[in-house]
Amino acid sequence: MNLILLTFGAIFVNNILLAQYLGNCPFCGVSKKLGTAFGMGMAVIFVATLASIFTWLAYHYILVPQHLEFLKTLVFILVIAALVQFVEIFLKKQSRTLYDSLGIYLPLITTNCAVMGIALLNIKQGFDFIETVVFSAASAAGFALAIILFAGVRERLFLSPVPRSMQGTAIALVTAGVMSLAFLGFSGMVQ
Amino acid sequence: MTFRQALTHGFWKDLPPFRLVLGLCPSLAVTSTAENGLGMGLAVTFVLIFSNMFISMLRKVIPDKVRIASYIVLIATLVVLVELVMKAFFFPLSQQLGIYIPLIVVNCIILGRAEAFASRNPVPISMADGLSIGLGFTMSLALVGSLREILGAGTWFGMSVFGESFEPFGFMVKAPGAFLCLGILLGLMNAWSRKRGEIFIQT
Repeated sequence: MNLILLTFGAIFVNNILLAQYLGNCPFCGVSKKLGTAFGMGMAVIFVATLASIFTWLAYHYILVPQHLEFLKTLVFILVIAALVQFVEIFLKKQSRTLYDSLGIYLPLITTNCAVMGIALLNIKQGFDFIETVVFSAASAAGFALAIILFAGVRERLFLSPVPRSMQGTAIALVTAGVMSLAFLGFSGMVQ
Repeated sequence: MTFRQALTHGFWKDLPPFRLVLGLCPSLAVTSTAENGLGMGLAVTFVLIFSNMFISMLRKVIPDKVRIASYIVLIATLVVLVELVMKAFFFPLSQQLGIYIPLIVVNCIILGRAEAFASRNPVPISMADGLSIGLGFTMSLALVGSLREILGAGTWFGMSVFGESFEPFGFMVKAPGAFLCLGILLGLMNAWSRKRGEIFIQT
């Protein structure tokens, strides 16, 4: 029951993109087409879940016993960067189709704040291992949901008469604000 | 780019996060009050000046193939430094900013300047670039933070602006207000640039 609440909370109430503002650069950058947004969303789900597992293990089995908690920023970014490289190489060898669909998004993910943010939130909220896995997958799914919905809106936006000064990123941010308002409706449903 | 240009281009020509559409996460997340915006901006400025300095010093030493990884390690070290200093001397602010301080590591502005500027320019001019981009970022964050705090809470740096009878516009300090505020400011800036005949750069 607790895990269900955690999942629902992470996807809708505390949506990583629209309520916690993480991962906005790809949100504005790759949300122009539905296809690319879908690819980015899937890549983030995959990498964020794996990265959270490894950073959680590194934190609790390496940093805490050595009393080096203050190094977590440095260690996490290295783990994420190494993991992204590794996943890229592995996918290239093992699954060509998956690599072709996710490959170009992987290098971008190293500097995606959503991945690092989820890893840090896991530690901050003191989750155990199962909760970490569930929370990371759900948060990343929330990211994917938001970016895919947003890409759908943006494809329509492309055809509508927007004032010239508001075109591009400006109208994208305002649209994101309206979507965030819709997601605000979920707040209070889960504590 | 001359030294003088490097020192001033961050204030208007390449003003982050509006002109370089990078580093949006902190600009949205920590600008619910002017104080938080200012603190975040100064932290980023510090990291930016020193990351530019070290990367520029080491630009002939770092092999091209592993440069991004090397930059990230350098930046992360500086961010850990900032994190510890903030915890020691500005504890309430560091509690407010929370996970957004360690997230300076993945702020695209810093990596962007390292890659685009510091890796191919000498030390003094790179530091000037870091200073101007950083102060530009601080200004923008303080501006967005002030707007949101004044409208959303009726205060500015914690001081009451409108007096007792003001009904705060609570929406502005929540997430949707952040997106709207930034979007509208960006639109106004574009309108102003167009009026002055400057080139449009975002797509």
